Amino acid sequence: MENHKHHIVEYLTNLYVWVGLAVLTIVTIWVSEFDLKMLTVAVALGVATVKAVLVLMYFMHLKFDSKILTVMVIVTLIVFLSMIVFTFFDYTFRA
Amino acid sequence: MNTNNTTSTHHEHRDDAARKMGMWLFLFTELLLFGGLFLVYSIYRYLNPEDFSNGSHHLDVFMGALNTMVLITSSLTVALSITAIQKGNKTLALRLLAATIFLALVFLVNKYFEWGHKIHYDLYPGTDLFKALPPGEGLFYVLYYFMTGLHMLHVIVGAIILAVMGKYIKDDKITKDNYVLLENGGLYWHLVDLIWIYLFPLLYLIH
Repeated sequence: MENHKHHIVEYLTNLYVWVGLAVLTIVTIWVSEFDLKMLTVAVALGVATVKAVLVLMYFMHLKFDSKILTVMVIVTLIVFLSMIVFTFFDYTFRA
Repeated sequence: MNTNNTTSTHHEHRDDAARKMGMWLFLFTELLLFGGLFLVYSIYRYLNPEDFSNGSHHLDVFMGALNTMVLITSSLTVALSITAIQKGNKTLALRLLAATIFLALVFLVNKYFEWGHKIHYDLYPGTDLFKALPPGEGLFYVLYYFMTGLHMLHVIVGAIILAVMGKYIKDDKITKDNYVLLENGGLYWHLVDLIWIYLFPLLYLIH
């Protein structure tokens, strides 16, 4: 009997996610060859974040599990980012 | 006699959703552990841009890229292993877990060569060469060793956890209808992958 509470991620879906992660890894290495000046860090972290979202949604099942888990992850990320942003405020505006 | 029937339908006291949520709470503490290091790294990079850039130029992008591929592939095999057990394919689940642990070992062997190469050239805290480096570059390598070292420790722990999960599958403690333990072990493994996804560009790619 099918239990609808437990979504099974198909073998192929997992494989597609892996292909996406591999392609993005190649893209981020390729892009690092160019001098993007100010954008270097932003592009590298942007690509990493797309990869992280893929892992979180599919490999870690957030897309299929209870939404409360996604909310918890987002709250934790906001706490983490505030920590970084406020520390940088301190260092940037220090006399 | 109806005893067999009653035992098989007997209700087990189990809350898979709560067990998974507990695992996520633990992962958040791991995230903040590495988060603190990411913060230290960003601030010192901001204060010593030249030295950090010189430091990261000396890291082997090929080795880093190879280990990235190894880790995302191991994340795939553990995800496939969960799919396999959910579909009741015990043998395939065990083989995929074995593949994951094998890839973890490949990662560690690569790291051994990568660290070994630097240590061979006296590039580690305490040597005369290291003391002669500009302070910012020294900081870069200290953070490099600490962050990849702590990550490596997590790879070792993750591989042990997955080996225990393999034993549970063998003993039918993890089955088609009761696989939350394997899911939680997988979550830990994916976190190790997630951290590497950020470590790789921060340490190896941003010059």
